[in-house]
Order: sequence, then structure tokens, then C-alpha cells
Amino acid sequence: MSDDLKDDAPKGAIRRFLAAPPDSVGKTIFVAVSVCLVASMIVSAAAVALRPIQEVNALKDKQINILQVAGIYDPNQDVLESFAAFEPQVLELATGTFSDQFDPATFDDRTAADDPATSVALDNDPAGIVRQGKFVTVYLLRDDAGAVDKVILPIHGYGLWSTLYGFIALEENGNDIFGLQFYQHAETPGLGAEVDNPRWKSLWNGKKLADANGELQISVTKTAPAAGADHHIDALAGATLTTVGVHNLVNFWMGESGYKPFLDNLKAGGV
Amino acid sequence: MAHKRREMLIDPLVDNNPITLQVLGICSALAVTSSLQVAFVMSVAVTLVTGFSSMFISMIRNQIPGSIRIIVQMVIIASLVILVDQMLKAYAFEISKTLSVFVGLIITNCIVMGRAEAFAMKNPPVASFIDGVGNGLGYGLILMMVGVIRELFGAGSLFGITILETVNNGGWYVPNGLLLLPPSAFFIIGLIIWAFRTWKPAQVEEREYKIQVAEAH
Repeated sequence: MSDDLKDDAPKGAIRRFLAAPPDSVGKTIFVAVSVCLVASMIVSAAAVALRPIQEVNALKDKQINILQVAGIYDPNQDVLESFAAFEPQVLELATGTFSDQFDPATFDDRTAADDPATSVALDNDPAGIVRQGKFVTVYLLRDDAGAVDKVILPIHGYGLWSTLYGFIALEENGNDIFGLQFYQHAETPGLGAEVDNPRWKSLWNGKKLADANGELQISVTKTAPAAGADHHIDALAGATLTTVGVHNLVNFWMGESGYKPFLDNLKAGGV
Repeated sequence: MAHKRREMLIDPLVDNNPITLQVLGICSALAVTSSLQVAFVMSVAVTLVTGFSSMFISMIRNQIPGSIRIIVQMVIIASLVILVDQMLKAYAFEISKTLSVFVGLIITNCIVMGRAEAFAMKNPPVASFIDGVGNGLGYGLILMMVGVIRELFGAGSLFGITILETVNNGGWYVPNGLLLLPPSAFFIIGLIIWAFRTWKPAQVEEREYKIQVAEAH
């Protein structure tokens, strides 16, 4: 920065200006403006130049998480290539049907959830998300015959410190859980952040959302409820509030205001 | 001169450590030391920011008006921190996810401002750069010491590699949960300060009060 101020300057007026005492009013304004200008140029140049790489990283991270929750992540294989196995669809939550209003490749769930035109403010908000998007991007994994094998549904809700963003993978019957994984949260490392613990995550595999009567029974609690172990995931020790958050968000998203209509369609074979 | 420069680099490690002697930068030392990897990246980031901000500030030190000098320093420091943050998001995405808000908070790290104000405003660029790097390393050294203790005994691992198999994962080690919470870093830093001052008694501050001897009546 000194080079800009010193070496390139032609002799004469500017030299005299630089030699002036720094505390004069003119000098103060000059230094303030030029420092801000140079700094803002450097910062914006870096932000613009690095944005494409950052966006690729964020997208890749999300895709890896979708692959992991579906149980088909292979670190040796190219992420984009593996990800092509999924069929992304924009789902209208209220009707439980796919909407062709939006292109799944460009649809952004979070932007849509902030937009009053495509979201609703929640009165009954156990998951603590304030606004819920009317549309979400879901991912279908089909078998060779073209029938749905797994559905990967985005879920989010408030834990102790932060909103947890994740995915739940369900089997084709819309009731059996294959896996659950959070890709973004800021819970306490070692306590709430144990939601990332592979051993805890593996507890979700094989659990059932609803009982034989179709009642939603899934729970994340310390003691197994009356509904039985099939619907129960053991709470995280020392992370009561995160656990309560996970319990609430799973129940919210699997319930009436969440994916219930879609899961009913799925059970009826309409997907 | 070469000898002096080396001293400037080594001095802040123990003899004039920014955390243990100057007691600066404590807040981030509490926040980022629960895992070693994060502590390491934070140390590197702070070292770079302190070094380069001191250098740039020193370059224009004769032009900075006294009335707005803190703001000018802040602008330079903040720009460098944003640069570091953007770089991490582009090239070390996983780590930037765990560091999240703390990179931005380097701006408010007292060590960076402290070196800018106390050293860079009065010394030439190269010396200021070395001083900044030295202080960043001093900060990093303490961060790593605290990080080793917290991650090893709090989570049973070092750099994410399991050393003590924890009960949660089917092993034998019952981790000390307190060590994963920020307050534990207070105790550890306090113990490190005590150890440093026992080793180098010159660091012990003189009492600001005098114990009066009561006179017998």
C-alpha cells in the first residue's frame, strides 16, 4: 500500500501533500478514503474470484451427505458421477405430489422458504423453523426396474444453539427409516454434535415411523416409549436439548404439515 | 540485526507470550481449542493475519492520522481476515465449516490489534511482520497445548485420530465432558500460566498492594 502512496507519485504537489502532517483534515479524509478503497477492492476481488470454487464446495458437501444418508457414498468415486443415480424432484408438501413449476436443478429450498410467495409462517412450530417452504427438493433412488427404492427427504429444525439441516432416507414403503444425517449444525462438540457420531446415526437404520395403525410413533428419548423399540432412538447422553430438537423436527417433518401427504402417496404407489 | 530479529520471533513464544503474559486473545482460545485440527488452522490464520496486518500498517504508519488510526488498523485487519475466510471456504471447506464464526472473530482478537498499535505503528515493515508472526506463533503454541489436553482427554482423540477408545464407541475410556466445554480452557490456560511463571519467575507481576503489618498496641 505504501507503494501506491509513495513511489508512483509524481514529484510536486503530491509529494508535498504526503509530507504534510498526517493530522490535517485533508490528510485524514484522504487516508480514510484511500485505505477503504484499496481494502474494498481487494476484498471484492477475492470474493468474486473465489465464489465459483466455494459454490462447488458447498454443493459437493450437500451431495456427499445425500449419498451418505442413502448409503451409496464411495469416497473413491467422483461425487457428481455417483450423484447422477438420484432423481431430484421438487415436491409440493401440501399435496404430496411433484411440481413441475420449478426446475429441480436450480430450485433452492432455503431461498424459497424465505420468500413469502413460496412459504408459510408457522403458528404451530415445534421444529423452531419460523417459516416453512411450500416446496422442497427431494431425491429419489430408483432400482433397475424403475421402481422407487429409497426417498431422501430434507429436514431441518432448531436444536440447542443452531438450526440442524439434514436428510432422512426412507425405504420405498415410506415407513422404514434407512438413515438420518445432518450436514449443517453448530451444536456443542462432544455433546450435541454427537448427532454426527456414526454409531448414533446407525441407530436410525431399520426404525419405523408409524405403527400398524398408521400413527406416527417415532421418538428420540431417554427411555423407550410404550410403542416399542421399533419406533425409538436412544437419546444422546448430555445433549438433552439437541435430542429434544431432533425428536421434534423428525416428528414435525414426518407429520401432517410435513411429508405425510407425500408418504401416503408413496405407500399408495403413486410415485 | 539478524540476531535481534530471531529474538523477536522467539520472544513471544514463552518470554513474552501474548496469551500467558499479556493475557490477550483468551476468548478465541476458549472457543476453538476443543479439537486440534481447528486449533491448528486458527493458529495459522491468526499468524498470517497478525504478520501481514502489522506489515501493511507499518508501511503506511507515517501517513496514518492519529485521530483515525484505530479505524484504519481495523480496516486493514478486517480485509485480511475476510481474505483468509474466503480462502478457507474455497480451499479447505470442511475446516471452514467447523471454524465458522471464529475466523470472522479474528478481527476482534486483541493480539492482532495489540501488535498493530503497540509495535507496527512505531517500527519498519519487516520488523513488524516478524513481530506479528512471532506473536501469532506464541498464540498458536498455547492453542495447541490447550487443544492437545482438551481433545485427548475430552474426546479421546488427537487430530481426529482415536487414541483412547471412548465408551461411546465401544472402548474403555470415559471422556471428561467438561474438557469439551469452553470453561475448561480457562482452567487449562490458568495452569499453563502458573507453569510458565514457575519456570520463569521474572514473569510474575509485582503485587499492586502491600501487606501492612499491624502494630501492637
